[in-house]
Amino acid sequence: MTSQDTRGQIRSYLERVIQNAEIEDDDDIFENGFVNSLFAVELVAFTENTFGIEVEDEDLDLANFNSIDALAGFIERKRAAA
Amino acid sequence: MGIASGGRRRRRQAVAPTRPPASTEMALSKSRVGVIGAGVMGTGVAQDLAQNGFEPILLDTAEAALDKARRSVRQAIRAQALVQGAGQREPAAAVLGRITFTGDSGLLRAADFVIENATEDIAVKRTIYAELDRVCPAPCIFIANTSCIPITRLGAFTGRPQQVIGGHFMNPVPLKKTVEMIPGVHTAPETLEKTEALMAELGKACVVVGDSPGFVSNRVLMLTVNEAIFLIQESVAAPKDVDEVFRSCMGHTMGPLETADLIGLDTILNSLRVLHDELGDPKFRPCALLTKMVDAGQLGRKSGRGFYSYA
Repeated sequence: MTSQDTRGQIRSYLERVIQNAEIEDDDDIFENGFVNSLFAVELVAFTENTFGIEVEDEDLDLANFNSIDALAGFIERKRAAA
Repeated sequence: MGIASGGRRRRRQAVAPTRPPASTEMALSKSRVGVIGAGVMGTGVAQDLAQNGFEPILLDTAEAALDKARRSVRQAIRAQALVQGAGQREPAAAVLGRITFTGDSGLLRAADFVIENATEDIAVKRTIYAELDRVCPAPCIFIANTSCIPITRLGAFTGRPQQVIGGHFMNPVPLKKTVEMIPGVHTAPETLEKTEALMAELGKACVVVGDSPGFVSNRVLMLTVNEAIFLIQESVAAPKDVDEVFRSCMGHTMGPLETADLIGLDTILNSLRVLHDELGDPKFRPCALLTKMVDAGQLGRKSGRGFYSYA
């Protein structure tokens, strides 16, 4: 899977769950108020289930999850380390 | 279960914000709260108790439900860490370590409180209350986390109706700071006081309302959700547009259909049926589209699809 595929899957997911939103790759989805704690539960679950990676407690940093770019980069790093 | 979607709520602050002296009978033991039912609400209640230092006993007869509850608590706590910063929260393992996941009701024999979150089915609740009444010690208070069923009826399933009270928590429980509190006809003032003290330990205020099917919240909310579903059935508007009217025009945090997806469409249907049966008013008849979606397993967020897709 290429980095573009990963970004596409993340964007497609975000646009399904965040109604009426257009999200750029570098938009901070937490800062923009698009999401809340309830969504964060689903975002972590989506990341684990869709990309087959384990999100460790030390990975729970907004810097890994707060934009399409950030999450795609995090997923690539986890895969490279696996 | 339910969501207060928007609007200002007048809050009645809970009394006794601190625990009473340990020498009195009112002393709260942090290890003696039982939670019945490991669905969405019971799991949220157990998590909230554990994050406030309690050691709840989460009881469910289905081992699969208990496994799912463990995963849900872990995910919810990790998401809190993500949003609030990991340093602000206890690790999930520590919180999970305080919850006893069990199918053995015998563990409730020393409980001070039991919070019941079983499915909205009177026959199921009757069986559960008979069992609780048999197992739990005489002073134990039963808090019914029901969204629609009259508390006086539930009290009548026990030999201690003075110690049965409704506590309608909102979802997600750890994030919602107000509980709709419903004394039944026979509920003792002392039961209300003790329950409000327990809620204060969880950082929750209480709004006390009278006992009537659906109480205040769901009498209004279920009718609103049902009418919104009729709009979809009649192709008057798309789900996102119905919700947008409530969000943008009325300032609600969530619209009725996304609220329905969050609560679970099966729970909405059960609640409407209870309101319909109890009040005998045809305005509570469930919309055919709602019944069809439940039959199709489209239950909202928990099944991955409802009025929106979450897969």
